[in-house]
Amino acid sequence: MSVVFEKTQLLTDKPFHYCPGCNHGIIHRLVAESIDELVKEGKLEAGNIVGVAPVGCSVFAYDYFNCDMYEAAHGRAPAVATGIKRAKKDTLVFTYQGDGDLASIGTAEIVHAAHRGEKIVTIFVNNAIYGMTGGQMAPTTLVGQKTTTSPYGRDEAWCGAPIKMSEMLAQVPGSYYIERCAVNNTANIVKTKKAIKKAMQYQLEGKGFCMIEVLSTCPTNWGLSPVEAMKWLEGNMIPYYPLGVYKDKGAEAK
Amino acid sequence: MVKVMINELLCKGCGLCVRACPKGVLALSKEKLNAKGYHPAEPVNPEECIGCASCARTCPDVAIRIERE
Repeated sequence: MSVVFEKTQLLTDKPFHYCPGCNHGIIHRLVAESIDELVKEGKLEAGNIVGVAPVGCSVFAYDYFNCDMYEAAHGRAPAVATGIKRAKKDTLVFTYQGDGDLASIGTAEIVHAAHRGEKIVTIFVNNAIYGMTGGQMAPTTLVGQKTTTSPYGRDEAWCGAPIKMSEMLAQVPGSYYIERCAVNNTANIVKTKKAIKKAMQYQLEGKGFCMIEVLSTCPTNWGLSPVEAMKWLEGNMIPYYPLGVYKDKGAEAK
Repeated sequence: MVKVMINELLCKGCGLCVRACPKGVLALSKEKLNAKGYHPAEPVNPEECIGCASCARTCPDVAIRIERE
């Protein structure tokens, strides 16, 4: 008998508190598996990992990862990660942030962390809505998308167009590797894991700031079933937020 | 022979594994309810399973374990 798939040791046994079909669980697993593989490949010591949890639905991320975790103030995960990484240079430091945390209240922190070229990895989960607080409009909410604070749909003339963080941070000179992924099907899940692992490897090589944006669903606040939400993401979010590598200084150098 | 094992206590009945399976092995139970009050997924055509682990990779609650004999 051989095991084809099992839960990674880097995740604790605590059941996720997320709603049914929420993509946070998939992304948690990809982050944990990437770290686990780096430890097994001997590139990283098991005790040398620190994650920084955000404020948002994933605020309890520190309960789910089997490594050292830190809970930052809302939006300030990149600033906290900067301090950890500068104090302990041989540590793998990652932040796990949602779009309300990273693209709204924490915009200044993430832009300047990228600008300084901090050697951290940011996992940015973009679900185009504020999930934890009850489905309000976020900076990433699509034009025409209905939320509790935009009941007639987001109006571009009034609220502006949704912010594209990957494109924005790719323009910042200090960033090293920026990619946008999704977890809507098995192929994209595998690609997302590769991207996360690559970003972590870059950090261990001391390269620079890496961000992986992962498009995610919020079935509860979008008012759709988990399967319908995946289809909505494929039909609406991916066309506006195209998947792909926006910057990879490592590949350019080759 | 491939064995799909679903931890019914963790399953939230979201149905993403049912969508991900290329062989129609899984379905949400119509009768069973778990402790959380969800209808958990269960293998209805276990003999069709090819062990691709698409369901396990898609499961947001990491409730699926796959073994090959």
